[in-house]
Amino acid sequence: MSGALLSVENAVVDLPTPRGNLRAVDHVDLTVGAGKTLGIVGESGCGKTMLSRAVLQLLPKKAKLSGRVMFDGQDLTTLPAEKLRKLRGRSLAVVFQDPMTSLNPVLTIGTQLIETIQEHLELDLAQARQRSIELLTAVGIPAPEQRLTQYPHQLSGGMRQRVAIAVALSCEPKLLIADEPTTALDVTIQAQILDLLAREQQRRHMAMIIITHDLGVVAGRTDEVAVMYAGRVVERAPTPALFKQMRMPYTEALLAALPKLDVPPHTPLPAISGRPPDPTRPLKGCSFSPRCRYSAGRCSTEKPRLSPAETLEHLYACFHPIAAGGRA
Amino acid sequence: MMLQAASNPLMKVENLVVEYSVGGKTIHAVSDVSLEIARGETLGLVGESGCGKSTLGRAVLQLRQAVSGKVLFDGHDLTSLKGEALRKMRRRVQLIFQDPIASLNPRRRIGDIVAEPLVIAGVKDPEERWRRVSEVLSAVGLDPALVSGRLPHEFSGGQCQRICIARSLVLNPEFVICDEPVSALDVSIRAQILNLLEEMKARYGLTLLFIAHDLAVVKAVSDRVAVMYLGRLCEVGPSEQLFARPAHPYTALLIEAIPVPDPDVRPTTSVPVGEPPSPIAPPSGCRFRTRCPRADARCASEVPELRVVAPGQFAACHHPLI
Amino acid sequence: MATLELSLDETEATPARRRRRLGMLFWCAIGWMVLVFAVAIFADLLPLPSPTDMDMLERRAPFSAEHWLGTDGLGRDELSRLIYGARISLIVGLCAPMIGVTIGGALGMLAGYFRGRFESFVVGSMDVLLAFPPLILALAVTAYLGQSIFNLTCILGVLGIPAFMRVARAATLTLARREFVIAAQALGATHARILLRELLPNVLLPLIAFFLLGVAVTIVVEGSLSFLGLGVPPPISSWGSMIGEGRESLDVAPRLAFIPAIAMFLTVLSFNLIGDTMRALTDPRQGAL
Repeated sequence: MSGALLSVENAVVDLPTPRGNLRAVDHVDLTVGAGKTLGIVGESGCGKTMLSRAVLQLLPKKAKLSGRVMFDGQDLTTLPAEKLRKLRGRSLAVVFQDPMTSLNPVLTIGTQLIETIQEHLELDLAQARQRSIELLTAVGIPAPEQRLTQYPHQLSGGMRQRVAIAVALSCEPKLLIADEPTTALDVTIQAQILDLLAREQQRRHMAMIIITHDLGVVAGRTDEVAVMYAGRVVERAPTPALFKQMRMPYTEALLAALPKLDVPPHTPLPAISGRPPDPTRPLKGCSFSPRCRYSAGRCSTEKPRLSPAETLEHLYACFHPIAAGGRA
Repeated sequence: MMLQAASNPLMKVENLVVEYSVGGKTIHAVSDVSLEIARGETLGLVGESGCGKSTLGRAVLQLRQAVSGKVLFDGHDLTSLKGEALRKMRRRVQLIFQDPIASLNPRRRIGDIVAEPLVIAGVKDPEERWRRVSEVLSAVGLDPALVSGRLPHEFSGGQCQRICIARSLVLNPEFVICDEPVSALDVSIRAQILNLLEEMKARYGLTLLFIAHDLAVVKAVSDRVAVMYLGRLCEVGPSEQLFARPAHPYTALLIEAIPVPDPDVRPTTSVPVGEPPSPIAPPSGCRFRTRCPRADARCASEVPELRVVAPGQFAACHHPLI
Repeated sequence: MATLELSLDETEATPARRRRRLGMLFWCAIGWMVLVFAVAIFADLLPLPSPTDMDMLERRAPFSAEHWLGTDGLGRDELSRLIYGARISLIVGLCAPMIGVTIGGALGMLAGYFRGRFESFVVGSMDVLLAFPPLILALAVTAYLGQSIFNLTCILGVLGIPAFMRVARAATLTLARREFVIAAQALGATHARILLRELLPNVLLPLIAFFLLGVAVTIVVEGSLSFLGLGVPPPISSWGSMIGEGRESLDVAPRLAFIPAIAMFLTVLSFNLIGDTMRALTDPRQGAL
């Protein structure tokens, strides 16, 4: 895709562990266009968080990253630390799963917001304060002026996440990475936060990456979805195309394993047997093959490449994809 | 107000009130809750975090002291039992937790952990214990010979939950309280554990109280569902009926808020802004009124009682949707 | 059958044992410990001159084949006094924290498990004990009961109780909230069983790590007390009293103070190193699992 705001090219993240090398991210290519939303879906340990850390250049010290991360025409992997720091927070913002850990517990919300704003934008204290109040209003926090003097622990989980979003939005970033932004929240609050993110994204015309384990979260709120399994992107497609026709058996199985409201109680769920492979002992063939019911022949000896289906936008890595038009 | 589930319920909670203080403030965790669970039934209990559903589960087991109310298990009032009598009764009721890894002692071997209930119950013969342990371990899909000598940290979350289930079944209980048993697990593992629970329920003839915040998960396993909000019951009814035609606005809100994995279903934006008030100072009258689109003056002054809205379905609302 | 996880993969049959590099320093510390313990235990069997035999003709003799580390101000063999001194230092250094770990550990676990008034009482009385100046306490007790190794050990042991109580209580507080303890309660386990089977194995490791640090501290405190003349009664030697006696001849024969000081330094360092390594080995597992 030309004119992409962010493009990750052939990214590999290796983590040395006492059990051996752990390949957290395995040859991943991704692009996000300006103003677009990408959903990255995967279970815990699939490498989705490491991938986002790689984009932010916030990997653990021991981790080794190879490949390129192009953001707004610059390669982040070669950018000097000082420039990178300026970029983060300014054009590249992030919202984490647990706002309690991403907000500093000993500083008031006002201090944290105002400092972030003043650090990146040239505003005086009064202007920065005014902007903080505007931001808190925008993220739906009632009585924003009083909130400025409060500490994170005085707010509920949902309110804290709103504050974290306000901090992330404070400098009009071009790309917002939301790493499981609603996992720690209740369903009703989750819906509010997702609506808030979608609204602000459209209003500010920023690009967004939503990282989640829940296919339901990405379904109505993303332009494109990448499904990750064992460090690799195993299927990538525009959201409507993906949900219309899943080609990779893992994606289909993941969707099927979700309990659904329109099914009567006590219906056995089509569970995926087994569990993800040990990331320190990579399999020779397709990582999903031991759990896959379509697995046959070369699945266990050869890694399928991520390649396009009938349409160029729909990519999947499977030798025995689910046939187009009908489910096998 | 009795919620007739069957003529002879296995577990009956009557006007249970649980309060505890944190930092000098009283938290009204469970306020005047009455429930019945019939033998062989699965009752799902849903609600958001802090609504008191876990506290209710623990109060049933007398792990939390109730301020008032009764917990009748098979006719015996657990709240009045003490010491040995309570310990004996507890063996018939088991508990499965949300965090399977934290609920296993990290320094004990799986074989010992699963055998522990038997030791406590006074089964002296080691061979008899091993026979029971290996039976339940195989029942939950683990190889007893392979796993019993290992420590919990050698297992994944899903496997730990299987071990927890095995431990809860080793004494042949009649009633199992599952407190968010799958919410710490990944989607692909979650389905395995839900299926396993259903299987175990059939195999051992269990009665389940299934506590969760995820409505879809609750629906998948429950015969009846009870919805809780800020310490009070909002609605109780047969699962299908309750999900098809919710009577309480809060139940409707919960159903609406579930993200549907279908891009054609546009996410609703009708979810009201606002969060549950604090259980330290719950609103007067109906506790949901601060977020309810249908609330009026009566909701602020009068606590709604649970009443019949449809056959088998009860709701505590002055302005029910049906 | 929906459950297909009948067995673990064979490849996983040998889970990765925590193979952490312990490092040279750790092994040096272990080596020194083994040496000190060996000579202290087998002091009677070693061909050493008596540590109390004075030879007034050979006062402050330099190193020689007969007296490897020379002699002290009263002509006693320095090496022999050092080794017999190690005995005293180790006996006091090990026994005193043993008292602390037993009483403090038990109190801490009970306080952390039962909470309530009992906890307030225990914590309160420990604060009182901590507020009492340790030297004054030692002075008072030795003045009243007399100077002996036993009394010294008891004083140091009692002084260590609050610290062990705090470690045990902190560990118990976090553990008692974990589900496995609630699970045991739900199973109808007695309090004694929960304390001994569920909590103790988990509290024990931080306690042992802290115990090693306690040994190091006690050796130093015993040295200070002996240095001040409040420790072991003469003519028994301990490292502290040797340093104290060596002080008189610092200008003529500084080694008399420095040799026991170095021995104490190395021993304390070794205990600290081993204690720290053990804590590092046990800590992450507690949280991460």
